[in-house]
Amino acid sequence: MALIRFSNKGIYCEQGDFYIDPWKPVKLAVTTHGHADHVKWGNQAYLCHELTKPILLHRLGAELNIQTLRYREEININGVKLSMFPAGHVIGSAQIRLEYKGEVCVISGDYKVEYDGISTAFEPVKCHTFVSESTFGLPIYKWLPQQLIFDQIGNWVNNNQEQGKTSVLIAYSLGKAQRLINGLKDQDRPIYVHQSIANLNDAFIQAGVALPETIRISPEIRKETLQQGLIIVPPALADGRWMKTLQQAATGVCSGWMQVRAGRRWRSADAGFALSDHADWPGLLSAIKATEAEKVFVTHGFTATFSKYLNEIGIEAEEVKTQYGTEEEEIETGAQENPEIKEEAD
Amino acid sequence: MKRFTELIAQLEMSNKTNDKIAALVRYFNEANDLDKPYVIAMFTGKRPRRPVSTALIKEWAIELSELPPWLFAESYHSVGDLSETIALILPPPAKTTDLPLHQWINALQDLNGKDDESKKKFIVNAWDSLDTQERFIFNKLISGNFRIGVSNKMLVNALAKQSDTESNKIMHSIMGKWKPDEISYQELIAGAHVDTDRSWPYPFCLAYALDSPPESLGDVKEWQAEWKWDGIRGQIVKRGGELFIWSRGEELVTDQFPELHFLVDELEDGTVLDGEILSVKEGKVQSFSTLQQRLNRKTISKGQLESAPIAFYCYDLLEQQGIDQRGKTLGIRRKALIEIIKKIKSQGVLVLSPGIEVGSWAELALLRADSRLNNSEGLMLKKLDSLYHSGRKRGDWWKWKINPYTVDTVMIYAQKGSGRRANFYTDYTFAVRDGEQLITIAKAYSGLTDQEIKEVDAFVKKNAIEKFGPVRTVKPELVFEIAFEGIAESKRHKAGLALRFPRIARWRKDKKAAEINTLDDLRQLLNSTL
Repeated sequence: MALIRFSNKGIYCEQGDFYIDPWKPVKLAVTTHGHADHVKWGNQAYLCHELTKPILLHRLGAELNIQTLRYREEININGVKLSMFPAGHVIGSAQIRLEYKGEVCVISGDYKVEYDGISTAFEPVKCHTFVSESTFGLPIYKWLPQQLIFDQIGNWVNNNQEQGKTSVLIAYSLGKAQRLINGLKDQDRPIYVHQSIANLNDAFIQAGVALPETIRISPEIRKETLQQGLIIVPPALADGRWMKTLQQAATGVCSGWMQVRAGRRWRSADAGFALSDHADWPGLLSAIKATEAEKVFVTHGFTATFSKYLNEIGIEAEEVKTQYGTEEEEIETGAQENPEIKEEAD
Repeated sequence: MKRFTELIAQLEMSNKTNDKIAALVRYFNEANDLDKPYVIAMFTGKRPRRPVSTALIKEWAIELSELPPWLFAESYHSVGDLSETIALILPPPAKTTDLPLHQWINALQDLNGKDDESKKKFIVNAWDSLDTQERFIFNKLISGNFRIGVSNKMLVNALAKQSDTESNKIMHSIMGKWKPDEISYQELIAGAHVDTDRSWPYPFCLAYALDSPPESLGDVKEWQAEWKWDGIRGQIVKRGGELFIWSRGEELVTDQFPELHFLVDELEDGTVLDGEILSVKEGKVQSFSTLQQRLNRKTISKGQLESAPIAFYCYDLLEQQGIDQRGKTLGIRRKALIEIIKKIKSQGVLVLSPGIEVGSWAELALLRADSRLNNSEGLMLKKLDSLYHSGRKRGDWWKWKINPYTVDTVMIYAQKGSGRRANFYTDYTFAVRDGEQLITIAKAYSGLTDQEIKEVDAFVKKNAIEKFGPVRTVKPELVFEIAFEGIAESKRHKAGLALRFPRIARWRKDKKAAEINTLDDLRQLLNSTL
C-alpha cells in the first residue's frame, strides 16, 4: 500500500487517515501553508506549523480546532511519523514529511529555494517519494537574486517621485507583501499598506514575527504624503477606483509572471518586477535532485511539461491533477476574475 | 546598447502615446549620435539583410541551453516571441560589454557571407556578454523585425519635437532612400539626402471611414466620388530618367510589376502619381485574390503575367515637372492628371480611376450598393477643393465602404495567442455545418474585447476535449458572427473555399450552434460573385 494517494478530496494518507491540503471537508487536514487554494474551511481538525495558525484563525475564523508543530518536531499518527520542514514559500509554510515502515514521502506544497529574509529558508528533505509544484516549471523562469529586484524597485520609486508620481506596488497580501516590507526596509521611506495586508501583519506580529514598521492606509492620510512614500496593495485593488484618487499612480506588479513581456503587458502595469514566492526552473530541479526521490509527483503548474522533462533526465515523474490549479495559466488568468484566488496564486 | 534597451523597456511599459513620444524624445536627446539613424531605420521597418537564419539561431540557443527541442518549443509557445524565448532560456552571461548599438548592427551585417562557424562564434559570444533584456534586443537586431508599438507617425512626431522641425519634412526625409551608415542624424533630420535622391515618395494621404450619413457632407457637387479599389495602394515616381514604384507599406516594389516599366519612357521626369495597383483583365478589375498571385514574389513566371496582368489606376497627381502639386486643390490636380494619362500611348495600363458623376447622395448610395460587381470595396469621397494631406486627416477625404459579408459559425478549435495575449486562448478556428459535419472555414483572432477574451478563455479551459500540441478542440457551442471581405475557391482548404480577411464581428450569445450557416450558404455566395 502506498503511503499517499491522490483522491478527489486531496492528497490522502490511508495509514494515518488524514489528508494534506484537502479541497473538500475531511476529519484531519494537514496544512502546508495558509494560501486559500491549500486550506479550506470546514475541516474537523487542522494540523499546521505554529506560524500558519494565526493565518488560519485570521482567514477561516476563530473557532477552528488547530494543532500546531514546530519545524522538525515529530508526531505519530497511527504509526505514521509526521514532521514539518521549512518550504520557504511564505511565513509558516511547511513541507510535510511522512514516514511509515521506513518509507519516506514529502509533500512540499508550494516552495521556493531562495531565502527571502522573512520565511524560514527552504530545506531539502531526503525521501522516496516527493510531491512538487511546478507553477514556474519552464526554463524561461529564472529569477534574479531578490536584492537586485529590491534595488530595481528602489530606483523605480525614486524616478516616480521625481516625476511627481505615486508608487503603488501590487503584491499578494500573504507572503509577497511581507517579503517586500522586509526587503525594502533599508530604503528609508515610509511604507503604506492596504488594510488586508495590515491585518495579516498584525496577526504575524502578535504571533511573535518581527516585521518592520508599516502604516495602515486610512482616508485621513493626505495624497501628498502618500506620494512621498511607497504603497503596497493586493491585486484585487489594482484596478479599483481608489487608485484613481491618487496623484498619478504608477503601478508596479510583483509576480513571477512579470518575467515575460506578455505577462507585463497583459497586466498593463507601469512596471513589472519578477519576484516570486515559487521556485524557478533551476530551483525546482535542484530541490527535486536534493531529495534523491525515486518518484516525483508533479502538481499544479506546467505539470505535463515538467514531468515529461523529469522523466527524460532520468527522474521518474508523474503528472497529478489537483485543485491547486489544473492548468498553468489558470493561476494568472482565473485570478483576474476572482480576487480571492489571485491573492494566493503567486 | 544599454540606452537603447532602456528605451525599448520604456516604450513597452506604457500604452499611452504621449509617454512613448516623451521616451523617444529623451532617447534622441541622450543617445549616441551614430546610433540614432540606425534606430530610425529600425523603427521605420528598413531591414538590413538578415545575417543568420532563424533555424540556426534556434539551433544554437537549444544547444547552449542544453534543453531538448520539444521543451524549447513549449517555452516558445508560452512566451510567444522567439527572440524573447532565446533571451530567457540561455544560461546567464559570463561577461559584460557596452558596445554602442550601431557597432552591434554593423558587426551583425559583417557576418553576411561568412561561414556558419564564424557566425556561430560571434552570436554565442554576444549572448554570453549581454543580460536578458539586452539579449532580447540583440536577437531582434538579428531578425531586423522590430515591431515595438511605435508607428511611423509617432516616431516622426517625436523627432519633430526633439529637433524642432516640421513633421512633414521629417516624414518626407525618413521615408526616402537612405542608409544609416551613410547619413548623420542631423543630415537625416534636415532632409539633406532628399534633393539628390530621386526615388523618394510622398507620404500618402489617407482617409477615415465615413461615420455619419453622406448628406452631412453638404452638396454632392462639391465632392468627387470614386470607386474604392481593392488592390495595393502605390506611388509611381519618375525622376531623372528612373522609375520607382512604392507600395503603401513604404516598400519599393518596382521589380514586381514589369508591366509598368514602359512608363520610364513615357512619363515626364519629375512626375509622381498616386493610385492603386490592380489586376485588370480585358478592362475589368479582378478580385484581390487574383492580384495576390503576383505579390511578394522574387520571380514572376509567364503564366502569372498572363493569368494576373497588372494595371495602375491613377487617383492623384503629386508632382509634375519636379514641382510638388500637393498644395493645389484636387480639382486642379485631377485636370492635370487627365492630361498626363492622355499622352500615354499604350492604353489600358495606366488608367484614370473613373470619377462617378451623380446628381444626389441617394443616387450615389444606389451605385455604392453594387460596388462588389466591379470588385471594389465601396466608394471614396474626396472634396474637390481639398489639398493632398500627409497621412490621415479628418474632413476632406472619406472612405465609404460597403458592409462586409457575414456568416454565423461555431468555434471548434482554440489556440493561445502571442505577444500580449500569449497566455490566453485568443486564436480561434470556426466552422459551418455541412450535413451532419462541421467544416472549418476560417481562423480569426481579433474582434473581441479583453473581457470577452477572458470569458472565451475560461470556456476553452472548461470545455477542451482534446489537445493537439498547443491547439485545443472545444465543444462546439459558442457562436460567432464572422465578417469577411470576399470569398474564393480554394483547393488548399477542406471546405473548398476561403474567406478573405475574416474577423470576428460579434459574439452571438443569443444563438445556438444549431442555428449557424451551412457550407451550401457559402457556396451560393461564391457562385453569385463569380
